Amino acid sequence: MEVTITLNGTECTHDVEPRTLLVYYIREAAGLKGTNIGCDTTSCGACTVLLDGRSVKSCTVLAAQAEGRTVTTIEGLAEADGTMHPVQRAFQEHHGLQCGYCTPGMVMAIVSMLAERGDHVLTEADVRLGLEGNLCRCTGYHNIVEAALAAARAPELRL
Amino acid sequence: MSILGNRVLRREDPKLLTTGGTYVGDLDLPSALSLTFVRATIAHGRILGVDSKDAKRAPGVVGVFTCDDMGLAPMPPSMAFLNQAMARPLLASGVVRYVGEAVVAVVAESAAAATDAAELVVIDYEPLAVVVDPLEALKDETLLFPEVGTNNCFELQFGHDDRFFEGCDVVVRQRIINQRVAPCPLETRAAAALLEGDGRLLFYSSTQSAHGVRDTLASSLDLAKESIHVITPDVGGGFGAKATVYPEDVVTAWCARRLGRPIVWSETRSESMLGLGHGRAQVQDVEIGGTRDGRILAYRIDVVQDAGAYPAIGAMLPFMTRTMATGVYDIARAEFNSTSVVTNTVPTVAYRGAGRPEAAAAIERAMDCYAAEIAMDPGELRRKNLIAADVFPYTTPTGTEYDSGNYVPALDLALEMAGYPKLRADQQARRRAGGSRQLGIGLSSYVEITNGVPEGEYGAVEILPNGKAIVRTGTSPHGQGHHTSWAMLVADQLGIAMEDIEVIHGDTDLVPRGVGTFGSRSLQIGGAAVNQAAIEVVDKARALAADLLEADVADIVLDKPGATFHVAGTPSISRGWAELAQASLERAGEPLMAEVDLPTAGATFPFGTHVAVVEVDTETGQVRLVSHVAVDDAGRILNPLLAEGQVHGGIAQGAAQALVEEFSYDAAGNPLTGNFADYSIISAAELPSFDAAFTETPTPRNALGAKGIGESGTIGSTPAVQNAVVDALSHLGVRHVDMATTPERVWLAIQAARADAGNGTKSRKGAA
Repeated sequence: MEVTITLNGTECTHDVEPRTLLVYYIREAAGLKGTNIGCDTTSCGACTVLLDGRSVKSCTVLAAQAEGRTVTTIEGLAEADGTMHPVQRAFQEHHGLQCGYCTPGMVMAIVSMLAERGDHVLTEADVRLGLEGNLCRCTGYHNIVEAALAAARAPELRL
Repeated sequence: MSILGNRVLRREDPKLLTTGGTYVGDLDLPSALSLTFVRATIAHGRILGVDSKDAKRAPGVVGVFTCDDMGLAPMPPSMAFLNQAMARPLLASGVVRYVGEAVVAVVAESAAAATDAAELVVIDYEPLAVVVDPLEALKDETLLFPEVGTNNCFELQFGHDDRFFEGCDVVVRQRIINQRVAPCPLETRAAAALLEGDGRLLFYSSTQSAHGVRDTLASSLDLAKESIHVITPDVGGGFGAKATVYPEDVVTAWCARRLGRPIVWSETRSESMLGLGHGRAQVQDVEIGGTRDGRILAYRIDVVQDAGAYPAIGAMLPFMTRTMATGVYDIARAEFNSTSVVTNTVPTVAYRGAGRPEAAAAIERAMDCYAAEIAMDPGELRRKNLIAADVFPYTTPTGTEYDSGNYVPALDLALEMAGYPKLRADQQARRRAGGSRQLGIGLSSYVEITNGVPEGEYGAVEILPNGKAIVRTGTSPHGQGHHTSWAMLVADQLGIAMEDIEVIHGDTDLVPRGVGTFGSRSLQIGGAAVNQAAIEVVDKARALAADLLEADVADIVLDKPGATFHVAGTPSISRGWAELAQASLERAGEPLMAEVDLPTAGATFPFGTHVAVVEVDTETGQVRLVSHVAVDDAGRILNPLLAEGQVHGGIAQGAAQALVEEFSYDAAGNPLTGNFADYSIISAAELPSFDAAFTETPTPRNALGAKGIGESGTIGSTPAVQNAVVDALSHLGVRHVDMATTPERVWLAIQAARADAGNGTKSRKGAA
């Protein structure tokens, strides 16, 4: 079946099997390999992307469910001139990544968390609970939480 | 001013953060075939037949292979002292010995086609008796290798002295289970193989040792090393488990050669939980004896190590456990005995710490048991027995020479950072109040062995004609940040800006030799090799500059801020790195380069003290880690930002073992925790932020004064958290709770202690 998705701002159409999960559409049909797969039980969150601006685990959404919708992956987050998104920058400044494998999913989950917070001031507990579905084996989460809280204070992301 | 010791941000990050990196599974290999495996569904059985007819006819299938089709010799245990008769076939041959063992290889045009076809392979088994418990395996009643006649694959037996505890007022005994855990790098195992135009094998591997993979492939496939080119793209974590070459790697390479097309193998998480080696898996009986006033006189530990179905690195972990058995304490007498046995489970390998967390957990639990017995504060007991700072190098009763140490300041700082007296007061207040939320405070003073199987490392620095530098290293980073750290070292020696220094690793064609990244060895030997190469390239440059400036070499100085050489006293006439690199090419016909194979002066011994605070709900057994202080000493710190990152990750993995993670089997050898839904891999929500600090006691064993930091967090944190859980319950009579300290185990321990108290007996036992 043909599935059309606006992927990182560009509309693309690919002919995929109906059973195709969104993550395979992104990685194989569209060829964007930045979104990683870390498990097969919807546990790890490595494949987290934004679907119409909200984070989803792309292994748990059929590509067909994203028909006509907007998907943003890690490749679509920085500005065209390469300037990193405040969350990406916070990850580097706070050493929020080591091997990098969970990172795309972590970053997308945090971007979504910040977009959804409204005027609520995120606490460490909020961030930790919000990232429960995103596993990291390298950092012990400490610096990821630091990065998320720092990004939450970034002036560009203020409402 | 030197850049060393600064919090330099990682240069690896922008690429990883904007592209998501390039891991093996991300490689674009046109016309590649996918490889998958049919795996054993029973823990022990004879293979009566393999029916692949339907699979071979399935859409897109290119090849279906069994061990017989491959005709390759089994992989012998990698270390000569392991029982060599227990060799591991590349695919199960005649017998399967654990659930998850690969039996049949299926190659197809796509991963989906290979997976679908694998479903069609029918394997007929005759079940055999299963042994899962290493203590049962020790009895040799059920044998994995009947022709060998024993399950024993490695032992260190020195016997017991009947008078060992003579003179001790107190002897405390405890059985401790250091449970089996799964390493769980976020990227599972993956490899890709293809034949290059000249017939050489190009092999992409998610590994901690590119050269190790090359050498093992060469021996397994009977090829010359020169005919294999291994590349490690980005690697998504390893934690020791990817320091091993697996049969699937060899099969991937074999299929590429057999079929003449690129092959990609990328396992699922559920496969990885049964395919990647496991860690820990020791049963320990410890006995500690000393005086009533807290002076330890004798320590004995007997270990049964579960090696899994085929002896690998896991089988030799007791060797490492023995090496630091007495920990940070000055103990006159020590006894260590161990037996490693095969069982019908996933083979055990190195996992962050590899034998040393087990040693630390044993003695640190023993210390707390002893402290409880003589009613002494655990901090005071430790301080009283720490090896004094003025006796290093110190030789332990098991024959290990610790290089350097200053243990008391680390203990003092940790207690100060934790606010220890106030914590004890809070604990007392809660006990008096009698509520269900009790506080536990756990200490662990540990020593650690880094580059513990001492090997040297390769490092090279080359100056290009444009004045930029290329660094080649035999280390194999997968998150540690060597692109940043090695550039810092070289920038510091050469004066060349970090952005003009490129670091190359993990390519056996570009780096001629290498050992890899494991055992927290990289900085102390790999970084030291790069540093030495930088020093030598400066010497070469100085000689060239002397030539060009017609001066005595002894008068040539390197002006690091300007990155130029000049004669002392005349800085206006100078030669830069570019000019010198060009001169080297023109005059000597060779690049300006220094290569170093740095030999090791031996392992180094980091140390520290961790303090964990937990809150335990005595009604439900639920444990919450409230805070964790880590004071680690890894010698001189090159980049505190990266060192802290290593500590944080280590603490989380250690706390995970103490609190929640456990790989378990039923009696028939069926895995009960074979995916991320069932295995309780720890998340951000279960952990607090950590409070980490360093003391710095340099090692004399390398020029950087650096020890390893990769595994200290795990080694220090695990017993601290476990001790905290027991401490929270000590007033109820609980003396021990095995890991993982799940609500069920904690609750049962409380019930058992209450029952014992009711019977008027004093329990020293925890829950099963």
